[in-house]
Amino acid sequence: MRQESLSQKIDWVTILLFGAMVMLGWMNIYAANYNPDLELGIFDFSTSAGRQFVWICTSGILIAAVFLFDYKFFDSFAYIIYGVILALLVFVLIGGKEVAGSKSWIGVGSFGLQPSEFAKFATALVLARYIGKADTKLENLKSLIVALLLIAVPMVLIALQGDIGTALVFAALIIPLFMEGMPIVILMSVSGLLLIFLLTLLLNQTLLLVIVSIAILLAIGLNTKESKRIMIIIVTGVVVVLMIRSVDFILSDVLKPYQQKRVLSLVNPNIDPLGIGWNVNQSKIAIGSGGLFGKGFLEGTQTKFDFVPEQSTDFIFCTIGEEHGWIGSSLLIFLFVTFLLRLIFLTERQKSSFARVFGYSVVSIIFFHFSINIAMTIGLFPVVGIPLPFFSYGGSSLWAFTILLFVFLKLDAHRMQELQRW
Amino acid sequence: MTEKSFIIKFLIVLTAIIFITRLFYIQIIEENYKIAAENNVIQKTIQYPFRGLIYDRNDSLITFNSPVYDLMVIPKEVNIVDTARFCRLLEITAEEFREKISKAKKYSMILASKFQEQISDELFAKVQDQLINYPGFYVLPRTIRSYNTESMANVLGYVGEVSSRFLRNDNSGYYQSGDYIGIGGIEKSYEAMLRGRRGVSYKIVNVQGIIKDVYKDGDFDTVSVAGKDLRLTIDLELQQYAERLMNGKVGSVVAIEPQSGKILTLVSAPSYDPQLLSGKNLSKNFPFLEQNENKPLFNRPLQARYPPGSMFKTIQGVIAMHEQVVDSNEIITTDGSNIGDLAPPGPYTMTRAIQKSSNNYFYLIMKRMVEQGVEESQFLDARIGFEKWRNYVAEFGLGEKLGVDMPNEINGNVPSIEWYDKLYGVGRWKYSNIASLSIGQGELLVTPLQMANLGAILANRGYYITPHVVDSIGNSPNPNVKKRTLPFSADLYETVLDGMEKVINSGSGIRGYMDSLRLAGKTSTIQNPHGEDHSGFMGFAPLDEPQISIVAFVENAGQGGRAAVSVASLLAERYIFGEISRPWLEDYVMEKRYLSGNASGITIAEN
Repeated sequence: MRQESLSQKIDWVTILLFGAMVMLGWMNIYAANYNPDLELGIFDFSTSAGRQFVWICTSGILIAAVFLFDYKFFDSFAYIIYGVILALLVFVLIGGKEVAGSKSWIGVGSFGLQPSEFAKFATALVLARYIGKADTKLENLKSLIVALLLIAVPMVLIALQGDIGTALVFAALIIPLFMEGMPIVILMSVSGLLLIFLLTLLLNQTLLLVIVSIAILLAIGLNTKESKRIMIIIVTGVVVVLMIRSVDFILSDVLKPYQQKRVLSLVNPNIDPLGIGWNVNQSKIAIGSGGLFGKGFLEGTQTKFDFVPEQSTDFIFCTIGEEHGWIGSSLLIFLFVTFLLRLIFLTERQKSSFARVFGYSVVSIIFFHFSINIAMTIGLFPVVGIPLPFFSYGGSSLWAFTILLFVFLKLDAHRMQELQRW
Repeated sequence: MTEKSFIIKFLIVLTAIIFITRLFYIQIIEENYKIAAENNVIQKTIQYPFRGLIYDRNDSLITFNSPVYDLMVIPKEVNIVDTARFCRLLEITAEEFREKISKAKKYSMILASKFQEQISDELFAKVQDQLINYPGFYVLPRTIRSYNTESMANVLGYVGEVSSRFLRNDNSGYYQSGDYIGIGGIEKSYEAMLRGRRGVSYKIVNVQGIIKDVYKDGDFDTVSVAGKDLRLTIDLELQQYAERLMNGKVGSVVAIEPQSGKILTLVSAPSYDPQLLSGKNLSKNFPFLEQNENKPLFNRPLQARYPPGSMFKTIQGVIAMHEQVVDSNEIITTDGSNIGDLAPPGPYTMTRAIQKSSNNYFYLIMKRMVEQGVEESQFLDARIGFEKWRNYVAEFGLGEKLGVDMPNEINGNVPSIEWYDKLYGVGRWKYSNIASLSIGQGELLVTPLQMANLGAILANRGYYITPHVVDSIGNSPNPNVKKRTLPFSADLYETVLDGMEKVINSGSGIRGYMDSLRLAGKTSTIQNPHGEDHSGFMGFAPLDEPQISIVAFVENAGQGGRAAVSVASLLAERYIFGEISRPWLEDYVMEKRYLSGNASGITIAEN
């Protein structure tokens, strides 16, 4: 077989989409902080856009480095990378810098990195490695528990840093498990409990309990013949009721006050329009003021005059919504959908289960970031503070997503060799 | 495998559809976000123009603007380390501090609101240097009304914050909560001229309120226009003198320049220092003034209603001669039997009847007016005669507003046919039922201003100009001044005036007599069922070339020939000669020697 060059084997469609997103992100970071009085250029290091340019350039170096590694390196070194990241996560807990309530930074001078951003990559890698082993069967309980533990350990460490948003992202890794054979019941139960959690916030608790009780009685009534089913229904019912009862406990005792307020302001953003509701309200105002076509590049007022907080990081979507309107926002969503579907397409053509699991992990993580980030800016989800991949300002985030994506593209480029190994 | 992959793809597309739909709602359907965005960034800066100044007729400054300082707060920027120290600086308690801050926060976190209104000059001096240590606090200068006189509060009125009730009913769209507006007196009636027009400029600001840009190149900006100055017809010195004469009394004094309708003096007693209702004094003193039993806020010359009493006989004389029911030379002999009378029975001409104030004479001539024998029935006949009489009376401006340029003027009352019909039934009343009108009693009610205007009509021998207190607005004369000529020939007045001069020379008004000045007038002793009679006088001087018409009402002061004529006579002398030759008469008025009993003075204590 003729040896193709790397540039012929690599998926240029994904790279094109990646490039488009990074460039659009960069321009919007410039717009988000544009100051008409200062007329600073897009390359000026005193602006976020100027610094983002540095992050973009260094991401280029990272891409080159990823391609220089042997593709088997990531498989072989998965546990070591995972171990190093876990160590760093423990280290920041002890000696990290605290920024905005999260103790998640390793600082070298004025330069800071967040190991938690790279933990997503490491966990995806180790998960792929573990599930890729011939003897791992997610249908059996032992393998499933190990896989869940691999996800849970970094998740808990990050949650301990106080960065609930990033910790939540790890929940997305349940999707590759599901794709690789985890029983659908588990996925359904997790989603079901989440749904009930949200309903508890939205509806009156007593009303909800009444509805659940009626549902249980109905279910039992329809299945009087089969005692095994009745047992399952009763157990489910008890779990649901406990869940509802515990939401109040979680809200008032587990979540920190600012997190409680964020959850409550989702249900009612007018609870405190100048306090915690401020972020969501201002975000919606910025996006809503964009109209159909938007106000035009650099013409936005809500983001650049600081009404929207974190306008170049977590709320970068506001600038797009305000300056480019519904058309621009829809195009961005369309871009992400195309990108994710392309990644699924690539994943499904993988020959090794390592590459496939890793691919699904990449899809899940990016999809989770995308959906939660947009949902929180348009008031469909509490403000949890996770970035919009490739768009949001930030070195750690851009680097981590670049590595995540390009390791997968590297694996994809070598998928035929995998076949040859067999 | 493909089924699971479908689930994932479906989830992604579903999420995208939800987002695009939600965005469609937020960005295209819902308008509130666009409005909120404009409210966020567009800062409306209002330039309040100076309120117009007020001068008297001799260009002496009466009302001006003086700067005061409000301490403002922007709650979001407040960062006080040592609250106790801050409270000491402002001389407030910690409790007050908390109250004020939470009130401000309730209004807005990012917009400025008043923390402490109108701080004293001493406090301003003390606070000014220290404020730099307290972010979120700043001093905002504005102006309040100040006065060079303690007089004529009833004319000037006052300025205060616009009420929410006013705002609800206001459709001019000019006023906003927190604006100041003229509430009483000419501050109210000339509000639109005095206030000027405020300027507005729109700026684009960031979240800290720092100006970043001009909104739409300033196309929506307007420049403020200063308020216009007013020059009054009031003679401040004369006004102050009249107020001094009325000190401790209840009543009204009005003086008008007859040829022009310019009001020279408009006294409402008791009065108050206008400064009492300026700036933050307003909220403190208003309830006190409002509840005071002597009603200092009641503008008596325009709002008080009295039966005119005998001064009405001047009108009766003119009307009767015009109707030719009596000739100026006709002698009518009264027997004193028709109506209670202080004048003796005997022969009376018109002149003598006025001089002596013969009630029976005027009873008889009004009877002639009302009972003209047009109808056979006395009842129907009375209706026709009465209606005629009533129309003539209305010519003198009674029963209607004269249109003075001040708020709250009342009509007074000239009873109508309908009114008597209601009282007695249709066709069931005749002259005897309404006879008390003949001597200015009964249901007839007039304001002091209407009587001062009557003085002007008599002085002018048959016309008057709308009485007014504002001479010019800016540089243009007051446009709302009209001349009204009465349909009675001039020589009819001379007969009445002859009687009025005799009232002063050798009648009930003898106390007002001066060698040097021909004063003509008529006293009224207005019956008061609730206590001592009211003393009234209407007249003018000099008789040949009148310069001033005067009316005085002094409540519970007894006969018109005592307090009222003395006040009017002193005022006329003071106006025409600039000095007083009769200090004993001044004392008589000021020390209330006209009262038989013990004088109980009325004073408005200043709070």
